[in-house]
Amino acid sequence: MKQTTLTYKLVMAATGLFLCFFLVIHLLGNLQLLLPESEAREQFNWYSHLLSGNILIKIISYVLYLSLIGHAFYALVITKKNIKANGSSYVYDKRSQVSSWNSRNMGILGTIILIFLIIHFKDYWYEYKFGSLPLDAKGNKDLYSIVISSFQQGWYIIIYELSFLALGFHLLHGFFSASRTLGLYHPKYARVVRFFGWVYSILITLGFMLIPIYIYFNLNAL
Amino acid sequence: MKLYLKVWRQENREAKGDMVSYDVDGISVHMSFLEMLDLLNERLIQKGERVIEFDHDCREGICGACGMMINGRAHGPLTGTTTCQLHMRSFKDGETVYIEPFRAAAFPVLRDLKIDRSAFDHIIQSGGYISASTGQAPESNSIPIAHEVTEAAFDAAACIGCGACVATCKNSSAALFTSAKVSHLVLLPQGKLEAANRVIKMVNQMDAEGFGHCSNTEACEVECPQEISVLHIGRMNYQYNKALVLRK
Amino acid sequence: MIDAKIPVGQLADKWKNYKDNSKLINPANRKKLDIIVVGTGLAGSSCAATLAEQGYNVKSFCFQDSARRAHSVAAQGGVNAAKNYKNDGDSVYRMFYDTIKGGDFRSREANVYRLAECSLSLIDQAVAQGVPFAREYGGYLNNRSFGGVQVSRTFYARGQTGQQLMMGAYQALMRQVSEGKVQTYTRHEMLDLVLVDGKARGIIARNLETGEIERYAANAVVLATGGYGKVYYLSTLAMGCNSSAIWRAHKKGAYMSGVSWIQFHPTCLPQIGETQSKLTLMSESLRNDGRIWVPKKAGDERIPNNIPEEERDYYLERRYPTFGNLSPRDISSRAAKERIDAGCGVGPMKNAVCLDFSKAIKEQGRDKIEEKYGNLFRMYDKINGVDAYKEPMLISPAAHFTMGGLWVDYDLMTTIPGLFALGEANFSDHGANRLGANSLLQSCVDGYFIAPYTIPNYLSGELKAEKVTTDHSAFEEAENTVREQLSRFLSLKGHLSADHFHKTLGKLLYDKCGLSRTEESLKQAILDIKALKKSFDQELKITGDDQVNSELEKAGRVSDFLELGELMCYDALQREESCGAHFREEYQTPDGEAVRNDKDFCFVSAWEWKGEAEEPELHKEPLVFESVKLTVRSYK
Repeated sequence: MKQTTLTYKLVMAATGLFLCFFLVIHLLGNLQLLLPESEAREQFNWYSHLLSGNILIKIISYVLYLSLIGHAFYALVITKKNIKANGSSYVYDKRSQVSSWNSRNMGILGTIILIFLIIHFKDYWYEYKFGSLPLDAKGNKDLYSIVISSFQQGWYIIIYELSFLALGFHLLHGFFSASRTLGLYHPKYARVVRFFGWVYSILITLGFMLIPIYIYFNLNAL
Repeated sequence: MKLYLKVWRQENREAKGDMVSYDVDGISVHMSFLEMLDLLNERLIQKGERVIEFDHDCREGICGACGMMINGRAHGPLTGTTTCQLHMRSFKDGETVYIEPFRAAAFPVLRDLKIDRSAFDHIIQSGGYISASTGQAPESNSIPIAHEVTEAAFDAAACIGCGACVATCKNSSAALFTSAKVSHLVLLPQGKLEAANRVIKMVNQMDAEGFGHCSNTEACEVECPQEISVLHIGRMNYQYNKALVLRK
Repeated sequence: MIDAKIPVGQLADKWKNYKDNSKLINPANRKKLDIIVVGTGLAGSSCAATLAEQGYNVKSFCFQDSARRAHSVAAQGGVNAAKNYKNDGDSVYRMFYDTIKGGDFRSREANVYRLAECSLSLIDQAVAQGVPFAREYGGYLNNRSFGGVQVSRTFYARGQTGQQLMMGAYQALMRQVSEGKVQTYTRHEMLDLVLVDGKARGIIARNLETGEIERYAANAVVLATGGYGKVYYLSTLAMGCNSSAIWRAHKKGAYMSGVSWIQFHPTCLPQIGETQSKLTLMSESLRNDGRIWVPKKAGDERIPNNIPEEERDYYLERRYPTFGNLSPRDISSRAAKERIDAGCGVGPMKNAVCLDFSKAIKEQGRDKIEEKYGNLFRMYDKINGVDAYKEPMLISPAAHFTMGGLWVDYDLMTTIPGLFALGEANFSDHGANRLGANSLLQSCVDGYFIAPYTIPNYLSGELKAEKVTTDHSAFEEAENTVREQLSRFLSLKGHLSADHFHKTLGKLLYDKCGLSRTEESLKQAILDIKALKKSFDQELKITGDDQVNSELEKAGRVSDFLELGELMCYDALQREESCGAHFREEYQTPDGEAVRNDKDFCFVSAWEWKGEAEEPELHKEPLVFESVKLTVRSYK
């Protein structure tokens, strides 16, 4: 069967939704950072350890890597095709008046998120996997310390916050767009899903954005 | 009133086009946009210049022949309106108005504002029909169809094939056009039998014609003169996915 | 005397007898036969698709960029069929009678009966194709009553019935394209008919995209190119509608009939400026609740809302108390013109009458009116920028449908063997006035159910005919004529545009051969048109090249309209009676009603082209009525 843009879009939707699901898990983990320092350290490190040991989690993590790569790769493929489909561009273009900014700029938002992810992976994931981290009292790798120390730097927080803003807008369109691609057409449920998408995107974004700010202001003295 | 027009002029498919300025005075607010272009063309003839070529026919918003980008918007500033139904009262005296053809790789410019939309015909040819040859039809009332279903099918079937959805799409996607036909036919009991084959063929043809993919920006719904809902795109995707899954 | 070749038998059996006895062609031979169909409206698309389904090779031509854009798409109201779903006493015979009477007894009984008979299958066919006709909540098809009949037999799809039927036919055509049985030639305009040994064997067409002149050969040619109402320039028709195909066939020997029978639709938007190009039709249904009036006083300058009730003249209610605002199209249009000519018109050009909803809104409430006509009021606002809930709509009659066209026999074949005319392009079924919702019907029936029987009947005799290719000298001759005309247009060093001549001709015809005519006005019109033609031949100016050039296209069309306009006047002049849409002021009762003359004019006029310098020659096909009695149409 010939590959069509619609099948590419299906990959985008499926991987996107899986990433949405992962964001929930990730956020739940991160929320542990909001606990009092003494509890948070062991709790967070234990959770990080859990996420790196279990076979089931391992499989999920590989799906996650694949999803990320797939999502980005097909985004590129599709964008390339779209540019070709557009042909020559308008001399005077006001088409932006009839659609939302984020829906038109998923690629840019996605790129920001991708750059952020590279930084993010380098700082935490790479450190955790391949770096030499000290151990905490329970013998788990002390990721907590790295996180807390990185959130002591204002510029880092700004990058972090801006990236999550980008993620927020990406989700705002992406979640509902995925549901459309998967074939949701019933007007009532389309509305419900759209509303759910908004709530989801806002909660995820605010959740992630809150943590560094909280740490910056509350755990400064560490 | 007087307008300062900037109009896309292009000799043929291969030629490079350019915006050319025309000052047009003596425009009445009652004129339709195309009548304003008629007026300009009449003056161009007097000056011995080649007229601006544009497609138009019924001038009552139903044939789908007219369509241009006016001030960067498909069919101009109003929504739910074709170019022929746009009137000059929607413009201000002294305004600069940019007029360009609908642009997409699948809609090559033939001359000036005339474009080739045969890609749409090809999409319909690929499966946008119910295979009912003349003479096979059963008595019409032997296929009862719920009122709501007929109305929903009509909403989709109202598409006039003007191409504004493609023109306004940032990806030049023909998803709204294609899905309107898929939706119209699959909603009706007569059209369900061929549904799976139809949707796959039509989507493949849409790709083969060089249209982009749908990003669900929903701009097409806003600019569609018939206000066809983007939910039809959802239905097309559903039908397509279903056909993929159930395919033997 | 020309022979319509009506089959023998009782009225109700004629078509059956014809089908039982028509000649067939075996499937293997069908593949060897080519048919050209010009026009892709309902008649053209349906005919091309059906012939292709049968196995013939079809070439389909249209000047638009897609077959789907043909002007059938713009029909609003509906399509009639004698299904009797409403159980209100309808039958094929009753529909036949309504159509014959509506046409003022100037159409052929056998043709009209067949139209009513085939209406049943058409609805079945359209539903099978997926046309979303309106349905009741129980899922069965709904009907409404339309235009001066007492039963509800009109099937409709909101106000876009034409579009929906058109999509059905277009999709059937596209299906045959994908099967490889139809080749479409869009943006191609037929510029001449090619005759070999007196038979239609091909056409010359201009590729409107490249400007090339191309030759196409076939075993039969079908013209389904629509009506010529655009001859008036201002009309409800599309800008591209033209008479060129039928006119050039006429000049090659096909007779034209009922040429001056043109229906003016009473509820159109009036002309409000010199640059106006189109008179948009507003659905006739508005007359169910709107009251039509003009000021009593001629030259009243007040705006309509400032004219008090007692100074308004509800002229339709006054003249036709029984039917009032719902009087038939020809009567309403003529009455409007009479008032406008008397100086009582309203609007900036004093050329309109008021269609007033204030009483209906007062009685039924705005919501109810909005529910019934909301889309029409929105459309009115869109075009005029006026809120018709607050002030009356301004409407006026506009040229709409041509009952006349190429003369055809019962087979829909013209006087040229092998040349068929379908739909509005022929004259056959509507007599001197067409009933609402019968035009969609006729074009579909011609294309789906009649031509697919009659064309093979003709072709069966052509199987052994000599194969003609486009190298034949007849093609070369025809091509040269076309080329000469085009290069003459391009070489003229005049100063007036084709539109200028078109508008002048339209105005002239509207005044002198429009809603009402007199011997004097018609004679004058003939002289005026001759003068205009002369001026056209010298003062026309075309800019641009011989490739994509809409001005060059227009020039050819206007040139044909000029000649056709002249024939219209001859036709109207010859018919010394008033019937249907043809109203000769000399033939009316003291209170202004039409007076038909069945003794002398119960015939179909069939005009033969005699050359540019000659007057056309009239042939008569007598109309014989065996099943109906001729009566006077009265709507008093």
